[in-house]
Amino acid sequence: MTLTPSAIAAWQAREPRAFGTTPAVRALRWLGAAAFLAWLAWSFWLFDITPTRLWNGFAGLMTILRLMIPPSPGELWMDILKGMAESVAMAFLGTALASLVALPLGFLGARNILTASLLRFSVRRIFDGMRGVDQLIWALAYVRAVGLGPLAGVLAIFTSDLAVLAKLYAEAIENAEKRQSEGVIASGGHRLHAIRFGILPQVLPVMLAQALYFFESNTRSAAILGVVGAGGIGLQIAERIKVRNWDEVAFIIILMVLTVGAIDWLSGMVRQRLIGRREATRY
Amino acid sequence: MSVITTHLPAVRRGEAAYQALRRQRRRASLAGLGVLAICFVAAAWISEFYPSSLAAGLPRIGEYFHRILPTLHAPVLFAGVKTEGSLAFWFYRLDSWLLLLLQTAQMAALATLGGAAVALLMAFPAARNLAPSRWLHHLTRRGLEATRTVPEIVYALIFVWAFGVGPLAGILAIGLHTAGALGKLFSEVVENAPMQAWDGMRASGANWAQACRYAILPQVAPNLLSYALLRFEINLRGATVIGFVGAGGIGQELYQVIAFNYYEEISAIVVLVILSVMLIDLLSERLRHRLIHAAGAR
Repeated sequence: MTLTPSAIAAWQAREPRAFGTTPAVRALRWLGAAAFLAWLAWSFWLFDITPTRLWNGFAGLMTILRLMIPPSPGELWMDILKGMAESVAMAFLGTALASLVALPLGFLGARNILTASLLRFSVRRIFDGMRGVDQLIWALAYVRAVGLGPLAGVLAIFTSDLAVLAKLYAEAIENAEKRQSEGVIASGGHRLHAIRFGILPQVLPVMLAQALYFFESNTRSAAILGVVGAGGIGLQIAERIKVRNWDEVAFIIILMVLTVGAIDWLSGMVRQRLIGRREATRY
Repeated sequence: MSVITTHLPAVRRGEAAYQALRRQRRRASLAGLGVLAICFVAAAWISEFYPSSLAAGLPRIGEYFHRILPTLHAPVLFAGVKTEGSLAFWFYRLDSWLLLLLQTAQMAALATLGGAAVALLMAFPAARNLAPSRWLHHLTRRGLEATRTVPEIVYALIFVWAFGVGPLAGILAIGLHTAGALGKLFSEVVENAPMQAWDGMRASGANWAQACRYAILPQVAPNLLSYALLRFEINLRGATVIGFVGAGGIGQELYQVIAFNYYEEISAIVVLVILSVMLIDLLSERLRHRLIHAAGAR
């Protein structure tokens, strides 16, 4: 069976898309590519990104990198170690306080505990609004309110985590099995008994695991809160960059990476011991 | 009845075992709580989180946040810029702030684009199933790890020295961190791709790069795009604060406004930032769902 050219033409007229891209699609693609290139050129112009600027910048960066080797702790190495400890302490304290306060808030926000939907709705909207503000913005505001130092950092971590933790805790409580608390009620327990013996044992491991994850991520962010004056290692690194002690900057960066790795490892061990391997991988 | 059962030896043994287990568990929780309390006190001592400083600070925090909140009067809420207590008075520099927000979004977009491009190139050698040699595989893996463990702000602090104050330093800082973070995700997606197409291409004589392009890339492209969009949302948040160290965007303005205590402007900018982040999140979520559906349909 052979196809005549006229039959092919007829099929092409009927099913144009089976014969490759149509001119209309091709034109649309070209238009899209052109618009993208125009946007790229415009933003390069807007941000004044030129080859010479990039070249000079990279040359400067190479000089900085050369000055970073070998990394050295410098003379004030005690301050660096103290700053690192301060960062970890800030992260721990902020997370611990946030999870303590988030626990009752989570119960308030959970659908199966608090049945007044208007109150629950407004609590959740407040959580959402707080979640949209970056930790660094909180830190800057707290530095203005309570002064320079780690207290501002602890408060910033506490505030920005409170909302997220409360939301996660509320979800954990909503996902808890009903049967246990129904059993407690059926055998004559109070509603508070039902929460304590029916719900809390189910959700506590999940909550602890989440608090540990937040501790890990807060160690990373506590390391940079000092850049705006909220204490910790960030202050040390910002000061050393200001006076261009690049070898000490490199040392601090390496110390930061090692500490974060150590905290991750430690918290993973604790999580596995507390709740077992299965749940640790689930959350 | 209960008198009889409690005297049965089996019941007694069971009861004793239960009590022993209970005691043991109680001891374990008490020990855990003790360790936690010690950590807590140590952390409070190191970070100077004393009750006295907290008591002194709390009223000031209340006062500060009270001052930040705008004074709005309901009768003149929609009046012009010159009326105190109106929305327009609160947002009196809306035009320049919107321009800065646009600039911030563009910084995030450029950084995501650049970072994703680098990540795409690194993902193929970093994927275990495709790596041409073990040596190259480990080199790219460790390189990606190194770039993503350093926070954006630290990059920005250094780049401000090298490239000067302005958005370029911020774009490069966010882009570098993005390359590391996306490179890992991309290589994981590539590792999970089915290999039949790759084997077919290689068997019919395609070289490594051609097989990557025509066998793997079409399979993973929707997933990669969806990860890149997710990263764009994260980078937008990052771009709003990277200006704190002089790397451009709305953060620079926010830093000045907070530093000079222009109270009501702080809340105005923060509200704008929250709204724009929410808007971009919504749009990007829509797009990502469409991408995932497109990937599922094939």
